[in-house]
Amino acid sequence: MGLSGLLVYINDLFVNHVFDLVFLVISFITVLSALGVVFFRNIVHSALSLVVTFLGVAALFITLEAEYLAFVQVLVYGGAVSVLIVFALMLIQRGTVKETNMFGRLAIPALFTAFAVFALLGWALWQKSWTAKVVPAPAAAGNAVFNLAEVMLSQYVFPFEIAAVLLLVAMIAAIVIGKEVKGTK
Amino acid sequence: MININHYLLLSALLFSIGLFGALSKKNAVAILLCIELMLNAININLVAFTRYLQPGDITGQVFAVFVIVVAAAEIALALAIVIAVYRRRETIAIENLDWLKW
Repeated sequence: MGLSGLLVYINDLFVNHVFDLVFLVISFITVLSALGVVFFRNIVHSALSLVVTFLGVAALFITLEAEYLAFVQVLVYGGAVSVLIVFALMLIQRGTVKETNMFGRLAIPALFTAFAVFALLGWALWQKSWTAKVVPAPAAAGNAVFNLAEVMLSQYVFPFEIAAVLLLVAMIAAIVIGKEVKGTK
Repeated sequence: MININHYLLLSALLFSIGLFGALSKKNAVAILLCIELMLNAININLVAFTRYLQPGDITGQVFAVFVIVVAAAEIALALAIVIAVYRRRETIAIENLDWLKW
């Protein structure tokens, strides 16, 4: 054993288990930054930590061979949503931003609830072991988006249209609600 | 070897972290951040199921796209509401927003 055995082990890890290693690193970063979102005391730090989480989830989508979703995740979450959040924070925060992200009175019950939910989900996972089907070879790069478009615009065309209407309604409502109201002050 | 259970466990962990934050935070924007975290965890679940249990089928990815659409609409609307509330009340601490309580 000794050093050479360790080197052989590391070599084996890198040669045969690259995917596992990548998954572990990505999930470690994702969970760490998710914890940062909750436990940072400055709301701006929380928002930036959330961006790291979004990018980690995008990387997880790539490991799941959902490249299109990874792009959408980076564009919509990493780009639009995070910019929106940072802008809102700039409009809202007044004075110091220190200690703007504190826990309320219900932190302890919330911690118990979260642990209970995690235990329940973990127990359910333990009970039902999913047997994965034969994993196919990854499809050609152009194919995935084509398939997605075909399914979305034929089988799920009504949800697609409703989603478009929902986006329009949300946009108009956001403008109306966020508009400066004359005479309130 | 990484399989679907690892993805589901990771997703459950992210969901629980988001739930803890959403239930315990005082700042309304922080609660929105945690809700985004929970929605992301659900997306991982959907994509992992479709990747491992229905290989070749991409229905789960379509669902994930719809979840992303709804999440984007939700965050835009919610931030508009938060800004409107801040304009009237000068605070976004959730504990002070109790107009509807009686």
